[in-house]
Amino acid sequence: MSDPHSHSVSFVRTETLPQLPPPVTERGAIKWMRENLFATIPNAVLTLVSFYVIISVLSGVVPWIANGVWKASNLSECRDILVGARGACFAVISERWPQLLFGLSYPSEEYWRPGVAYLLLFVAAAPVMFFDLPRKMLIFTALYPFIAFWLLWGGTVLAPILALLGFVAGYVVYQRFVKGSFALGFFGGVAAAFVVWYIGGLLIPEGASDNAWLVSVASRDMGGFMLNMMLGVTCVSLSIPLGIVLALGRQSSMPLIKWICVIFIEFIRGVPLITLLFVASVMLAFFFPPESTVDLFLRVVIMITMFSAAYIAEVIRGGLAALPKGQYEAADSLGLDYAQAMRLIILPQALKISIPGIVNIAVGLFKDTTLVAIISMFDIVGMIRGPILSSSDWIGVYWELWGFAGLLFFITCYGISQYSQWLERRLATDHR
Amino acid sequence: MSSITDPPESTFRLSMLINDTRYRSLTFQAIAAIVIALAFWYLGNNLIQNLRAAGLNISFSFLDSVSGYDINQTLIAYDSQSTHASAAIVGILNTLLVAVLACVTATFFGVIAGVLRLSNNWLVGKLMAFYVEIFRNIPVLIWIIIIFTIMTNVMPAPRDFRGDSPEASMLFDAFAFTNRGVYIPAPIWGAGSLVVVLTFVASIVGIFAFRRYATKLLFDTGRLLPTFWPSVGLFFVPVILMHFIMGQPITLDYPALSGFNFSGGTQLGGPLIALWFALSIYTGAFIAENVRAGIQAVSRGQTEAAAALGMRPGRIMSLVVLPQALRVIIPPLISQYLNITKNSSLAIAVGYADVTATLGGITLNQTGRAIECILLLMLFYLTISLTISGVMNVYNNAMKLKER
Repeated sequence: MSDPHSHSVSFVRTETLPQLPPPVTERGAIKWMRENLFATIPNAVLTLVSFYVIISVLSGVVPWIANGVWKASNLSECRDILVGARGACFAVISERWPQLLFGLSYPSEEYWRPGVAYLLLFVAAAPVMFFDLPRKMLIFTALYPFIAFWLLWGGTVLAPILALLGFVAGYVVYQRFVKGSFALGFFGGVAAAFVVWYIGGLLIPEGASDNAWLVSVASRDMGGFMLNMMLGVTCVSLSIPLGIVLALGRQSSMPLIKWICVIFIEFIRGVPLITLLFVASVMLAFFFPPESTVDLFLRVVIMITMFSAAYIAEVIRGGLAALPKGQYEAADSLGLDYAQAMRLIILPQALKISIPGIVNIAVGLFKDTTLVAIISMFDIVGMIRGPILSSSDWIGVYWELWGFAGLLFFITCYGISQYSQWLERRLATDHR
Repeated sequence: MSSITDPPESTFRLSMLINDTRYRSLTFQAIAAIVIALAFWYLGNNLIQNLRAAGLNISFSFLDSVSGYDINQTLIAYDSQSTHASAAIVGILNTLLVAVLACVTATFFGVIAGVLRLSNNWLVGKLMAFYVEIFRNIPVLIWIIIIFTIMTNVMPAPRDFRGDSPEASMLFDAFAFTNRGVYIPAPIWGAGSLVVVLTFVASIVGIFAFRRYATKLLFDTGRLLPTFWPSVGLFFVPVILMHFIMGQPITLDYPALSGFNFSGGTQLGGPLIALWFALSIYTGAFIAENVRAGIQAVSRGQTEAAAALGMRPGRIMSLVVLPQALRVIIPPLISQYLNITKNSSLAIAVGYADVTATLGGITLNQTGRAIECILLLMLFYLTISLTISGVMNVYNNAMKLKER
């Protein structure tokens, strides 16, 4: 035994103990609750208060939905089925859903047409929203407005085909001349389109719509949620090009152009949408030629498009301002003229920055399409306020109807805003 | 030696209007001016022809004629014998009333929801996220109508307050929530109440003076005076003292049941309450997002640096985080105020007599003066918007980050 310490350290363990689990308050659900719900006393009070709020709301709403009556023909029948119990009368929705979705007088045997148009909207929007999809799908997106127009309004198929031919002719002419100068290509294209429309208009025979494949439906017969969708989609897609033009105009070095755009944008942004809708309903008719009658839907589309174009112009202006000055200088140093620089260098980047803002404007605009109810168009709010709540069968059924309308808007708007957040994350990774 | 000769005087050719950058912009502007002039001429011509065909003219004289309709909620004296102009002014005041009320409460809701959404408490955070999403994604018109429906259908009728065991009772015997609106006590200004009001104003001035003095003292000597409790004291004590010294000149007129309705007090009509509450809770959801973004925009290092200097949490918030967050929060906040003012035009959906409902609604329908009414209406909203954005520009310039 040469080492004097070889026995004196025998109390030191030679093997490692197995790890003990953490104390019960420091793991699992209890730890999570301690950290996230009851960290401090005020926090615990807040938790209890919000717990109470949630419980009291749920205890009211859950039985109301669970007891809901789905089959009844009017409110008193509904109450008879419920026999005094708290319960919703969803029968109003199962009874009146065609009116809520398509309006009062859209012919019921044609409901499949807006349905198909709605489904095709997703196909058309997909390549615009998701960049990974094959670019060939954009051809369908370009065709979609004409298909949707034909599906919704019906009538002769020649009208949308003629409109399409005009655009095709314009595009061909534009491609032919744009190498020389953008202005030449642009105005040549516009002129070609108008020539085609004018000649085609003479060629379509009188009364072509009378025995067309799809029965023609007047726009005053359209209503319900379909009207909101139609206004939202049309106005947003029309207002993006107009907004780009306004934003570029506002940045222009030509004082006249700049001031026209500034006045237009600030005027539109300064007044509420409802006054513009009043303009559409009572004032715009004074500015059209005396013998013409322009239908209310078109007048409303014009005003809402102007409204959203002004807001989109401001978003795009922000995108243009966010681009580094070097991009403009690089375009100049390559010898590009204004149209080329904008088309090839500036706008692709500026628009990419502005996409989330544009999506926000689109969501806001879609919600604002409900305001047409005030100028007595029968969109979903107008339908509920007017024909449904004042019918003797369903007078007094508020929560089910407003809940249904709210749910439709919530699903659409929440979906779009989630898409916008996803897009923002995706675009952000490109920069850093 | 090479002699430099002047370049030959170039003569002006017509093609230079398009090809020479010196003239091109002039050409374009001339074309634009011509196009716009033509468009205005066309529209104006149509307008004149249509007006002539309908036998109308443009004239604002209808504003002086008797309106002939009653308005249920007015801030100034008005009856059906007043003119259309005074109906419009009643409307303008009502618009401003609901806008100001909604701005205050929307800020309140928004700040609370925005701060709570950032709290460490998981449940509260989720609850606030739910509030924000549900209100931001459903149109404000639907919210206004829903809350108006609650006001008119769920609230008890005044007759439910009658009897020995009434179905409904007043809150603190002072507030009555009925389906005809909310009744609140109204102050009665007795003799000598002016003195009390003046005392109140003086004590407000005193609070600001005291705070300024405390700051000055801090900067000059480094001595920190307490400001919170002295401010509270200054706010309450002089007014209450003066109120008793003057023999309680300000009394409250409580609403009371008489017959089948309430009398006394002030009635806030159902439409006003619905509009006010819906606008504030809807816009509050947007403000909550602005507040959250503003607080998150202040980097964590700022808080940590302030803590490293030995500041207490309250002072970190008020001296370091808030001033920087406010720079981010205020511009979108003001544009939300603008949105409230513009959205208050939806009053027409629930029958609140704002300027859109009086000037753009009843007056327009009675007189048929569509163009004049809508122009005046737009002018009013435009004035408000431009004023507020003017103020905002001044503020933004004052608050701009001043870098070396």
